[in-house]
This record gives sequence, structure tokens and C-alpha cells, in this order.
Amino acid sequence: MPDFIAEWLNQNEIFTAMTIMEYWDGMVTTVHLVFLSLVIGLLVAVPLAILRTVRNPFVSGPVWLYTYLFRGTPLLIQLYIIYYGLAQIEGIQETFWWEIFREPFYPALLAFTLNTAAYTTEIIRGAIISTPNGEIEAAKAYGMNWFMRMRRIVLPSAARRAVQAYSNEVIFMLHASAIASVVTIVDLTGAARNIYSRFYAPFDAFIFVALCYMALTFILVFAFRKLETHLLKHQRPVNG
Amino acid sequence: MKKLIVAASCALALIAGGAQAQERSLRIAFDVPYEPFEYKDENGELTGFEVELAEAMCEEMNADCEFVIQSWDGMIPGLLARKFDLIMSSMSITPERAERVLFSEPYYNTPGGWFGPESFNTDVTDMDAMKGKTVGVQRGTTMDTHVTENMGGIVTIKRYTTADDMVLDLEGQRLDVVFVDYPVGEQTILPKEGFKEVGEPVKLGEGVGVAMRKRDADIAEQVNAALRTLKEDGTYDTLMQKYFAYDIKM
Repeated sequence: MPDFIAEWLNQNEIFTAMTIMEYWDGMVTTVHLVFLSLVIGLLVAVPLAILRTVRNPFVSGPVWLYTYLFRGTPLLIQLYIIYYGLAQIEGIQETFWWEIFREPFYPALLAFTLNTAAYTTEIIRGAIISTPNGEIEAAKAYGMNWFMRMRRIVLPSAARRAVQAYSNEVIFMLHASAIASVVTIVDLTGAARNIYSRFYAPFDAFIFVALCYMALTFILVFAFRKLETHLLKHQRPVNG
Repeated sequence: MKKLIVAASCALALIAGGAQAQERSLRIAFDVPYEPFEYKDENGELTGFEVELAEAMCEEMNADCEFVIQSWDGMIPGLLARKFDLIMSSMSITPERAERVLFSEPYYNTPGGWFGPESFNTDVTDMDAMKGKTVGVQRGTTMDTHVTENMGGIVTIKRYTTADDMVLDLEGQRLDVVFVDYPVGEQTILPKEGFKEVGEPVKLGEGVGVAMRKRDADIAEQVNAALRTLKEDGTYDTLMQKYFAYDIKM
């Protein structure tokens, strides 16, 4: 940090160079946590969404149950159960799993991933089942098998239809990650809480953190708009 | 004589009436559970040392009191937003807090205590030995400030909103040791099998006071007067002996 900024910051009571660094570390943790859970969640959700559209109830049933469970309960409760529940398992402290689950980061990552994967599965499933019949029939007429139809026709057009709903899910996930601070993770909200409890200045501490979230959301909205223009290029009027 | 009695009873009625009119209603906030200071008993009734002290204080002040449950994070904002008028929830007097609220004279002081598992044999004052250990504290308490100032960068500090969550993580072995208000640790950690006190209690700060809005100087005066009376007439001592085996009086 340049000296003159540090000097200017040190003149006010709350936003000193030290607290700004705490917010910055918090932002890094938030982005890290949300990014990883979204990426893993999406990778899990695509195959699950395909399984969910299969007619055989023994295949689609378990996926339905999973999405129902994780969409039917609050993320906070899921986080509590995973974070505190894992520690209660007899003897887990002696296994190598404890190396992973001792830190709050991985239980939170697991809870967030399972949660976002459930929502994303339903978003993609909705997009898959709304594929126009004509497209599938045309693909069949060309002699494509199921796998090729999925890969070339259904999934690409489903992705176009899902991207708008998915951008919402991504923003929700960013905001939902604020609850990570209840399990001692110092994310953006955790940093704000620590700083608030040190200076007893709730407005300064929390309004600043709200602005940080808004800045992150702005980046996401911008990125998704670029992605949408790219994916939906074919729908633009020729002279538009 | 008859006239005198009439006059006297009129005067009495006036005084009583005057007192009636002066009876103010106060809302007092507690953060539960924080045993043995404030918690709910088996019947769900609010009780504890501070709750009973508040009851005695209200009687002494001739005030009509209502008790409010408020979580710790929102204590000072809630007070300033007039959701309640007094905080009697083990709030230690600190310069930072005194900038936002008005404190009464301190009414008790307890040390911070170190608690950990039976297997913990490190000297908590030896910074070399403590290096890399994970210490749990309640966010924003004097214990938090103490650990942050004296051991920050040496140990990993985990901050919790409630003491309950912290004790759960101590049991789950996510924490090596916790630094918590001594009576709370004594009541919630020591009864559990496999846990012990792992260091000398540390005296912290100026003690605990009733917190009020800065403009309520008149209430503060009454609170101080009531607390002084309770400390002198033995009510305080009886209550203290009911909840503690040691002296916390200030």
C-alpha cells in the first residue's frame, strides 16, 4: 500500500490501514469460498440434471430427493449440521478426514457446494426439459444417438436458456456466503463483525462491507451480461 | 387531632400518588444463555445473578421493569435505537464502549479463565510454547481484546458469537484452549468430563457496569444509587453467595 494512502487512512478512527487489510483478507476468503463452491457445484450439477430427466424413477428419484433436501432446508442449518455434526462423529479426530474438517473452510465449502449444486441441478433440468421437441426430432432424423444428441443439441441450447437463471443463483450464493462467519471463518462479513465489535460502530463497519458485496455483485453482473450477449448472439436482430 | 390525621393522610396520599406518577418503566436487555449471570431455568424463566440483581435494583428504584432478550452483537445498537433502556448483560467497561454508552459504577468483576482438555499441558503464559495453538474467545469481549493484544500473531484466534458454539468446538477438538469469562467456563466447561482449568485466571479491565444511553444521565444516577444501597444492605452479598463460591463484588 502506498505510504500516502496509509497515512491518510491512519488519520481516521475506523478505516485504518490495518482494518482495510482485514476487509481485504475477508474478501479474498469470500471470493475463494464462493468461486470454488460454484465451480464444483456446476460440475456436479450437469450430470445430476441429466440423471434427473431420465424416465427411470430409480435413477431420477435419488437426485430428486437430494435437490428436495437441500432446497427444502436453510443453508444455515446445513452449515451447522455439517460443521458441528462432523465433529461429533465418534473417533473422527483420529482419522485423516479430521485434517480436512478441523478447519472451518472445508465444512463450509462442502455445505455451500451441496447447496448450490442442488439449485443448479434444478435450473439445468428445467432448461433441458424445455428443449423444443422439433430440435430433438431433427437430431434423431439425422441419426444421432442419445449421447450425441445431448452433447450437440440439448446441452448447448439448455445452457443458453439456463444462463440467466444461473446468474441469479451465483449472486445469491455470494450473498449466502455471509453466513460462513458463524463458523469462525473470517470472510467479508466476519471481518466486518470483528471490526464492529472492536469499535462499536455498526454503520461504518457494515455499510462498508455492503459496498464490498455490491462491488463484487457488479463484477458478476457485468461478466454474465458479456456471457449472455455471447451465448445469445444468434437471437439478435440483424440490424440491431 | 382529627384534622391532623386527615391532613397527614392527605399528605401521604399525595406522596404515594407522586411516587406512583414517578414510577418509570424501564426495559433491560440480557443476552442468554450466559450462565450463571443470565439464563433460562427448566421452566423457561429468565434467571441468574444479573437478572435477580436487576429485579432488586428495579424494586429499589421503584421502577416497572421489563426484561428483553437481545443477542450480544446487537446490544449497543439496540440500546441506541431505543429498543431497550439498560444493558445488564455482563458488559465490561471499556474506553471504546464508553464512547458510545454511559456506564454505571461497576457492579462486579470476574477474571478471564483458561480452559482446555485434560491432555493440554502447555503453560498459557509461555508464548514460545503457545505458538501455533488455536485459542477460542467470544467476539468483542475483554477476553478477545486481551488475547488479540497479547497473543495476536502467535496463536490462531477463533472468535465466536456465543459461548455455546465455542464450547462445542472445544469438545470437537477444533480448539486447543479457550479463554472465557471465569464463571462461564466454570459452569459450562468444567462439569464436562475430560476438561480442566489450564492456567491462572487473569484479572481484566475495570469491571462490569450497567450500560445506558448517554443522554439518560438521570437514570444513571438512580441506578448508581440503587446499586450502592444493594451493596450496602446485604442484598448483593446474599445474591452473590447464591451463585458464586468466590468474591466478585466491586
